[in-house]
Amino acid sequence: MDLKIIDLGLVDYLEAWDIQKDTLAKVINNDLDSALILCRHYPVVTLGRGASQESLRFGNEWIRARGVKLYNVERGGDATYHGPGQLTVYPLLNLGYFKKDIHWFLRELESLIISSLADLNLPVSRVEGFTGAWIGNKKIASIGIAIKHWVTYHGLSINIKKDDLANFGLIRPCGMDIKVTSLEEELGRQVSVEEARSSLLNKFSGRFGNN
Amino acid sequence: MVNVILPELGEGITKATISYWFFKVGEKVKEKDDLVELTTDKATFNLPSPCSGVLSGITHSEGDSVEVGQVLALIDNT
Repeated sequence: MDLKIIDLGLVDYLEAWDIQKDTLAKVINNDLDSALILCRHYPVVTLGRGASQESLRFGNEWIRARGVKLYNVERGGDATYHGPGQLTVYPLLNLGYFKKDIHWFLRELESLIISSLADLNLPVSRVEGFTGAWIGNKKIASIGIAIKHWVTYHGLSINIKKDDLANFGLIRPCGMDIKVTSLEEELGRQVSVEEARSSLLNKFSGRFGNN
Repeated sequence: MVNVILPELGEGITKATISYWFFKVGEKVKEKDDLVELTTDKATFNLPSPCSGVLSGITHSEGDSVEVGQVLALIDNT
């Protein structure tokens, strides 16, 4: 199966959202086997279908006044923050070619994050009942997906740069009072987005690229 | 009249929550249109309409938990 890699670099959320939806339509119509969109976003808070006003620690206008955009989106999950110090990945895969099982796919995404970060010598794990990737009680990667005609979109984000974590204070990540962490904070050194990108791309291509 | 049933969504998934109805009762739908969005864990799943017709009834509202195999809606395809 051909996995088309679409690297958008640093991109506005809405622009990437439009590209996701265009690519989704192509995969649904079998004009494209599958695709993997990789990007970094300008600061944005997105509210998934599980979010409520309780998910935000501040009012919408106050958040926007800080230069952080705010959107309701059709993915599962609660509130999350995306910024330039994260790697955000949107897999557009037809689960009909793999396994029509929503929870299986969520666990696959967790496994890919865990094995990618293991390559960077960072031991992360999953916590049952709390989708994502964790280091102890701190969250390093978030997952929230949507599925249409068994084709996936939305996806995951991994926190890389430590100076991009402050904006998580605007929200209750995943609706909870949890701590978030980053690769830089855990490894105690500077980490480029490219390091994580290269590792994750390698794992994704191996798992979903050649079936 | 065609029943719209919550299909199998994966191993061990016995229920899901209705998060959004794309149509109101009385509206025309086409086969494969997104009819209802369901949520399980950190995922949403759009269930398409199985046929063209008029949405003549829904059995559950947004926020309701529904079980696999349950009827969610009725479509009049006559």
